[in-house]
Amino acid sequence: MKKILLIIRREYLTRVKKRSFIIMTILGPLLMAGIVIVPIYIATTTNETKQVAVIDETGLFYEKFKMSDNIRFHYLETDIKSAKENFGKSDDYALLYIPRTEIALPVNAILYAGTQININVKSYIRNVMSKRIEDLKLEAQLRDITNGNSSQVDLDNLLRSIKTSVDISTIKIGSDGEEEKSYTEVSMVLAIFGAILIYFFIFMFGSQVMRGVIEEKTSRIVEVIISSVKPFQLMMGKIIGVAMVGLTQFALWVVFTFIIITAVTSTFTGKTMSQENPKQLTEQLTGGFDPGQVISLPGEPQQEEMTNEVMAAISSIDFPVMIGSFLFFFLFGYLMYAALFAAIGGAVDSEADTQQFILPLTAPLILAIVMAQFIVQDPDGPMAFWLSIVPFTSPVVMMIRIPFGVPFYEVAISMTLLLLGFLATTWVAAKIYRTGILMYGKKVSYKELWKWIRHS
Amino acid sequence: MEIFSAAHITKQYAAHKALDDVTINVPEGSIFGLLGPNGAGKTTLIRIINQIIAPDAGDLSFLERRLLPKDVENIGYLPEERGLYKKMKVGEQALYLAQLKGLSRREAEKRLAYWFAKFEIMSWWNRKVEELSKGMQQKVQFIVTVIHQPRLLIFDEPFSGFDPINVNMLKEEILNLRATGSTIIFSTHNMASVEELCDHIALINNARKILDGNVKAIKDQYSTNTFEVHFNAFDQDLRSILPENFEIVKTGMDDAFHVARIRLPKETKPNDLLSLLMPHVTIHSLNEIIPSMNDIFINVVTDREAAQ
Repeated sequence: MKKILLIIRREYLTRVKKRSFIIMTILGPLLMAGIVIVPIYIATTTNETKQVAVIDETGLFYEKFKMSDNIRFHYLETDIKSAKENFGKSDDYALLYIPRTEIALPVNAILYAGTQININVKSYIRNVMSKRIEDLKLEAQLRDITNGNSSQVDLDNLLRSIKTSVDISTIKIGSDGEEEKSYTEVSMVLAIFGAILIYFFIFMFGSQVMRGVIEEKTSRIVEVIISSVKPFQLMMGKIIGVAMVGLTQFALWVVFTFIIITAVTSTFTGKTMSQENPKQLTEQLTGGFDPGQVISLPGEPQQEEMTNEVMAAISSIDFPVMIGSFLFFFLFGYLMYAALFAAIGGAVDSEADTQQFILPLTAPLILAIVMAQFIVQDPDGPMAFWLSIVPFTSPVVMMIRIPFGVPFYEVAISMTLLLLGFLATTWVAAKIYRTGILMYGKKVSYKELWKWIRHS
Repeated sequence: MEIFSAAHITKQYAAHKALDDVTINVPEGSIFGLLGPNGAGKTTLIRIINQIIAPDAGDLSFLERRLLPKDVENIGYLPEERGLYKKMKVGEQALYLAQLKGLSRREAEKRLAYWFAKFEIMSWWNRKVEELSKGMQQKVQFIVTVIHQPRLLIFDEPFSGFDPINVNMLKEEILNLRATGSTIIFSTHNMASVEELCDHIALINNARKILDGNVKAIKDQYSTNTFEVHFNAFDQDLRSILPENFEIVKTGMDDAFHVARIRLPKETKPNDLLSLLMPHVTIHSLNEIIPSMNDIFINVVTDREAAQ
């Protein structure tokens, strides 16, 4: 056990000290921050005013949508059917429809638009609605308390019970009046982003494991080491060490991205960074955001409101779930593939010989990433379901589905199978690895590998 | 006492038998030569001793009890395929490998300081291995093999790839280690390179052990009772002064001396030869022609093939 820790330590330290690691650590957050900041920048600098028509059947939101430089709201008295028919002829950018609800407070709304819906508009509407509903809930609760219906006041519970997330579905109306569900949601961006990140991480760190094994083989140090430790310990030590490099990279990206975004947005709004130090930021990030915290107070400058709305849209994402599932699917997806990458490294003599094995190994990953665009369209369809259950594609595909919401039992099945997949590939890989690392100068075929698996 | 013994070891690879009922006993404090041509099964046996691979059948014992996984800390192994991490710093790497052998970091630092000073490579501590000359890498390689002061040291083809200066250094250090109580196993196909060092050997050919024992005893057993005589000018035929059963293998000139190689009949001592020669010639020297391990190996293999 002490020896495997030594191996993990070496694998970890030699990699995080490399220049390429440091460069990646700096470039990654810049790229990610860019993805977030550019839309904000565009949103805050654009002068175009968007006009949104509102049909509020509940009457709860009358006059609640404030005018701003960028969005103007006007309320329609017509019914939704004729409003939709007239939508094409009007100058309206979008049509917000809040359907009547019988008993409960409304938590759904539909946003019709001719083009892709601007993320700012949508998040602004969402924030206003949830704020209003939360106010209404709070009022009701307070009425209960003052009427003596509840004997105790538990502030935590109270705050939790009023917390509301509003679901706004967006529907694109074509010029011919045809409706088409569109996903401009943050969750879609997030789905693709998470999937690409997992794909990229598994590929990058998996091949780092493979290259590490080849390095040990070609430098002929492997036999020196396995006279001290078991081949399995060496293989697992390397895999775990590289996994920790991946996690470190990810953690640094999250922290730096957040620092950059906060720094840039606070320059926009004139706030200084000194108010919030990075440590608090990470705590906020891992602990999840409360959209209410970021929603602007009335009377503050308009521009700040705008930026904060985007921040609020981002912060409406359930970060603990996203980061938690990313970590699980990255870690076990990686572990499953890394074992096989290690086996390839052990079987060949040089990196040039790896191609014939890498392609079949990574085919499921590539399939998953190619299918991503279709899965985003139909995240609950049979293809999405099966690809998110099969261990070889599940890390990528599950990351696409999670932002849209996945039933708990499906996630549980997927996780269990991934875990079993990891154990199975590691078992097979260990057999190939321990035979392969002692073989030199032999061109290895699949038949040969099968023999190693059977006979060792 | 035997520090290590392997009894009836068999190892089968898919279509090829690497070891077939091989038994060896390594006496403590000896230098043991595991000799045989390439592909005979030596490396397989050594990997079994190092517990890198497991035998299909047979027993292994260390210090007269069963060989245990933790015994790797009492064994030092320099494989035939050896090397170091090229991108890693020398000192850091030596520390890592020493710790893998079970030394604490502090102890490893202390011992490495001693060895690095001894080989005068202390100034290379913070250099990457790839910056070192081949000879220096070999020194580092040797240090990490012996750093944990193992009771049993195994060198597979130890002198291949080492330059002559390092070979001498290596031999000297190995003898030092033996003097401090270590037992050494050499495995090589180049029998001439180790036979002067070994006191015990085992010959392996085609997965089987064909001969083993004390080197002196084996050499006596395979002695052909042949002597080489250097003597001054002699105008008669040598044949005329020697009895029929004294076989003259060859004659010739070596600088100013005549040289003759004579095989004596069994039970005849070199003194008998001297007494026959002395009345006729002035003898300059007389040496026994001791068969080399190579000769013995070829001898045994041909005998066996003839017997089959």
